[in-house]
Amino acid sequence: MKKLFIILILLSTNAIAGGGSGVPLRDVKWPFDGAFGTVDRTAAQRGYQVYKEVCASCHALEYISYRNLKEIGFSEAEVKAIAAEATVIDGPNDDGDMFERPGRLSDRFVSPFANEKAARAVNGGAYPPNLSLIVKSRPNGANYLYSLLTGYQDAPGSMEMNEGMYYNKYFSGNQIAMAPPLMDEIVEYMDGTHPSVDQMARDVTIFLQWAAEPEMEQRKRMGIKVFAYLIIFTILFYLAKKIIWRDIK
Amino acid sequence: MSQTEYTGVKGWIEERLPIFSFLKHSAEYRAPKNLNYAWNLGSILGIALMIQIITGIVLAMHYTPNSELAFSSVENIMRNVNYGWLIRYTHAVGASMFFFAVYLHILRGLYYGSYKAPREILWWFGIIIFILMMATAFMGYVLPWGQMSFWGATVITNLFSAIPVIGESIVQWLWGGFSVDNPTLNRFFALHFLLPFILLGLVVFHVIALHVNGSNNPTGVEPKTEKDTIPFHPYYTVKDFFGFGIFFIIFAFFLFFEPNYLGHADNYIPADPMVTPAHIVPEWYFLPFYAILRAIPDKLGGVVFMFGSLLILFILPWLDTSKVKSGTFRPLFKVFFWLFTFNFVFLGYLGGKPAEGIYVILSRLSTFYYFAYFLLVLPILGKIENTKALPESIDAAYKGNK
Repeated sequence: MKKLFIILILLSTNAIAGGGSGVPLRDVKWPFDGAFGTVDRTAAQRGYQVYKEVCASCHALEYISYRNLKEIGFSEAEVKAIAAEATVIDGPNDDGDMFERPGRLSDRFVSPFANEKAARAVNGGAYPPNLSLIVKSRPNGANYLYSLLTGYQDAPGSMEMNEGMYYNKYFSGNQIAMAPPLMDEIVEYMDGTHPSVDQMARDVTIFLQWAAEPEMEQRKRMGIKVFAYLIIFTILFYLAKKIIWRDIK
Repeated sequence: MSQTEYTGVKGWIEERLPIFSFLKHSAEYRAPKNLNYAWNLGSILGIALMIQIITGIVLAMHYTPNSELAFSSVENIMRNVNYGWLIRYTHAVGASMFFFAVYLHILRGLYYGSYKAPREILWWFGIIIFILMMATAFMGYVLPWGQMSFWGATVITNLFSAIPVIGESIVQWLWGGFSVDNPTLNRFFALHFLLPFILLGLVVFHVIALHVNGSNNPTGVEPKTEKDTIPFHPYYTVKDFFGFGIFFIIFAFFLFFEPNYLGHADNYIPADPMVTPAHIVPEWYFLPFYAILRAIPDKLGGVVFMFGSLLILFILPWLDTSKVKSGTFRPLFKVFFWLFTFNFVFLGYLGGKPAEGIYVILSRLSTFYYFAYFLLVLPILGKIENTKALPESIDAAYKGNK
């Protein structure tokens, strides 16, 4: 009976609601899925490259610091080089002036726009969201992101598109202000992987999944240990209960 | 000065503060021998409250209750504070687990008639704890200042505007302004920090009231002789620890593998007063009451029914006219009870659906049954039902079950 309750209660939450457009999302078997899921580091590094060369011109990655990139397998020297490419506004200095300097490991990713208004001004009124939480802030986020990136099509003849909008099968309302960001070979992968739209969409999803949940691997590994501990704990107390209760007639 | 059985230093202290007789009471406390696993929930709830308080205090050390900073301070906890993700997920999942256990605890009470004489005051304290828990959880959900935090707070505080004449003023007073904003966040943080300690105090009274007459039990027959009861320690302490294990396993599953399953994706979008989410839905544990609120076509009516659905529990001991406490011996009651339980879960399902079409009609029917159970079924059933014969004693029932 209790099991039934748990199931009913879980069903009664709408946490499992699908994406905005009502079209079922493309369902990918991700390497980060499941209790033993891990971050595929080479894919995440390729995904970082896609983010940097394609997404970063409009989308911020607000809560990530350059030093965090070490977690997906970049070496310290590589990350230092990545950080140094960014221009950080720091200050005020002793003269009271703000100044520019190259980025350091401890800096947050520099956002492409100074503020939301500036972002909207050059994007036809649309605001490119911060991507560091994008996978967590959409239901079924990883599949949604992957579907969206691969979901651009020609608008059906019956549909009247607003100016500057693009048809996307998976976007709520099907009209999205973001131009199709990916096309075959828009980036050149160092490791020789063919940069198809599908491949890049997968890689950048893996990267942004890590960005949304950088603790995921540690959390799941700890979860396995905690589970093992709790099962032993519970069995021991069950046996202790049996033994202690033996004399109750 | 009163005489005690203690002498020397112990006697001196005991006369001034009866700490030793309290310890003696705790050590010798007895409980009916036939309690089933539904009676594990009380101690599980005690643990759940402690988990919330301890994780909550640590979170408060890192959190910033300011509308400009709250969201990023939570992200800072998740990303940069050592094991911050563990603390925050424990707190967030812990709230769900707390409600899950409290609902089962209340259903246990409803089924076995634990609210009946001589435990009415114990029951009242339970209801007050439940209502205060809901207020605490609601304010806690506002603190991350995501989209659902902001809009949930807007919807729920707006309920008070349904009060005639003074409603609007009350809402502005609650907000500390003309919309949900920084002052609202500040006071919700202060209250969210305070209320758990008030809850703790109420739990003390709940337990004191419990210890006066002892636990109810699956037969609903009160203990008569020493043979009906066993010492709480070690029998129920060891059984409680087994229960904790089961509770923690369910807890750990969500905490480590699906920490966001019970929440809303929208709450990872920072609050934006200019953008309303497509569906504003409260946390799952509020959904049955949310469904009742929306089932009534009138705003004030909805608010009255929603609060009424909780307040009606206070008079339940007198609405249920049956002399038999336990549902085990009430064949008709059982049918209505399980229907009530199913109906309540169904209300939760409806609360998560948009208020349109068939869902509105179903919500009204479900709301009707929720109230009918208390106002029609229980008063009438007690008069007409043929109950089964009660066991002579707890001991007899226990031996019979063996």
